[in-house]
Amino acid sequence: MSTPGRTGRRDKARYNKGLRPYGAAMSPTPALVVENLRKTYGNGVQALKGINLTVNPGDFFALLGPNGAGKSTLIGILSSLVNASEGDARVFGVSVNKQRNEAMKLIGLVPQELNFNQFEKPFDICVNEAGFYGIPRKIASERAEKYLKELRLWDKAQDQARMLSGGMKRRLMIARAMMNEPRLLILDEPTAGVDIEIRRSMWQFISGINAAGTTVILTTHYLEEAEQLCRNIAIIDHGTIVENTSMKLLLSKLDVETFVFDVGNLPEQLPSLPGIILRRIDEHTLEAEMPRTQAMNALFEALTSHGITVISMRNKTNRLEELFVRLVENGRQEPKEKAA
Amino acid sequence: MTSNMAGNLVALHTIVRREIVRIMRIWTQTLIPPAITMTLYFVIFGKLIGSRIGSIQGGFSYMQYIAPGMVMMSIITNSYGNISSSFFGAKFQRSIEEMLVSPMSNWVILLGYVTGAVARGLVVGILVLLIALGFTSLHIAHPLIALGSVLCGATIFSLAGFVNAVYAKKFDDIALVPTFVLTPLTYLGGSFYSVKMLSEPWQAISRVNPILYIINSFRFGLLGISDVDIGVAFGVMLLFVIGLSWLALSLLKRGVGLRS
Repeated sequence: MSTPGRTGRRDKARYNKGLRPYGAAMSPTPALVVENLRKTYGNGVQALKGINLTVNPGDFFALLGPNGAGKSTLIGILSSLVNASEGDARVFGVSVNKQRNEAMKLIGLVPQELNFNQFEKPFDICVNEAGFYGIPRKIASERAEKYLKELRLWDKAQDQARMLSGGMKRRLMIARAMMNEPRLLILDEPTAGVDIEIRRSMWQFISGINAAGTTVILTTHYLEEAEQLCRNIAIIDHGTIVENTSMKLLLSKLDVETFVFDVGNLPEQLPSLPGIILRRIDEHTLEAEMPRTQAMNALFEALTSHGITVISMRNKTNRLEELFVRLVENGRQEPKEKAA
Repeated sequence: MTSNMAGNLVALHTIVRREIVRIMRIWTQTLIPPAITMTLYFVIFGKLIGSRIGSIQGGFSYMQYIAPGMVMMSIITNSYGNISSSFFGAKFQRSIEEMLVSPMSNWVILLGYVTGAVARGLVVGILVLLIALGFTSLHIAHPLIALGSVLCGATIFSLAGFVNAVYAKKFDDIALVPTFVLTPLTYLGGSFYSVKMLSEPWQAISRVNPILYIINSFRFGLLGISDVDIGVAFGVMLLFVIGLSWLALSLLKRGVGLRS
């Protein structure tokens, strides 16, 4: 077994040195197993209603859901900030309930809200974080330098954290989460409010971490981010998992796509084509909703024959976004239908 | 030593170091104000008024008599203030989560913060003692008892400040206890007078005040005189240390005010 809770002395020694246990790459132990996890808060709100989830080692896993769906509660339970009402989670086979301290050694957390001391220096924040994980100061200083440099924060290492920009603060939280070189990195909306350039550099860093073997769980409201980075996905809504599959399989379920055409002019009468719904948005914008399998040649021929000049075209929405909205909406309609 | 214990010791060192760095970084807030306040106490109560009072007990001047109380008052208020503001500040900024999601044990968090608070109490206590020596002469009668009293007093009020910070939801909550509980108890705990000067039932009521035992044991350590039996005083202090440690650890274990 590859977990510190069940390893032999040799693997424990390697783990304490920050190395992966022998044979960890081939370990069949899932990175995360969530079993029948329930959480009811004191005010009676049922945030999680018996969630089951498995994340494989090395995966880049998206955990999506609308606000208030239960994502942060789930992450809170995994990081021991929230006490589960029922059920358990195992990180590389180590129970969060029964072996909390051992399980926490395996996790790195980038929370949604800024949660570092704004008056401390980024370097100290990172070194202290490592100290909390029992990592000696010398190793901690080396790691702090390494990750602050990789996240382009080294020149700010000795400034007060409150002086950093929003994007820098987000990157600082990633650097801090890497100090114990976790086997499971949980990122709760790490790129919220960050400009696209910095967001891409963060994607690059996290992809590199994942490629090196760290399992990554990502929650985000930027669905483009999830679509580009993640291999598997779970969608959570109202405390239940409404979809849990591979990104590829999920996207293949999308059978209809909507395109937006910027056109020179639009006649009164739009062409009529079987299987394609055309909508006039304004004098120079046309929308076409069509099956993904249908060729676009007929559409272009019809537009041309009606004297419509196409200047440019684009997808109306991100593909995953379209599916996400559909799944969440379906989930909300079903109970109403049952009730009716 | 197991790897868990080694890790916990590194974590403990990290918290203590961070606390001491914080105390030194804001020394104008943490070290200077108590020194100024106590200088004023010594000038007004010790020098100006005290010179007219004469000897209170054991042939000591009023200045000598109040010096242990002033030193201990500084130690306990600063220990309390340090831990309540530091721990609540971490809660307020949510940086406490750095520790809560780490693998360190609860006793490490508690011991780290208490050590930091006791350290501030000791530094302030030494400063005030040096100031007192500028006004009067003091010969330490029982050094080990004096040191034991200082450590017990600082630890008790560090633990009490920690419990206060755990329950506190806003900054007002950590100011309430010092204002309405700590200061009255300190003033009525025999800092400025001997409880033997009080009539009954006030003398009996004073004996319920834990600060009376802390101040008198320290006074015994410095001057060799006390209103209470030293064995009883240390017994009371140890009971408070054990009781408050148990309470603080159980709050941490249950995650009161810290985990949902």
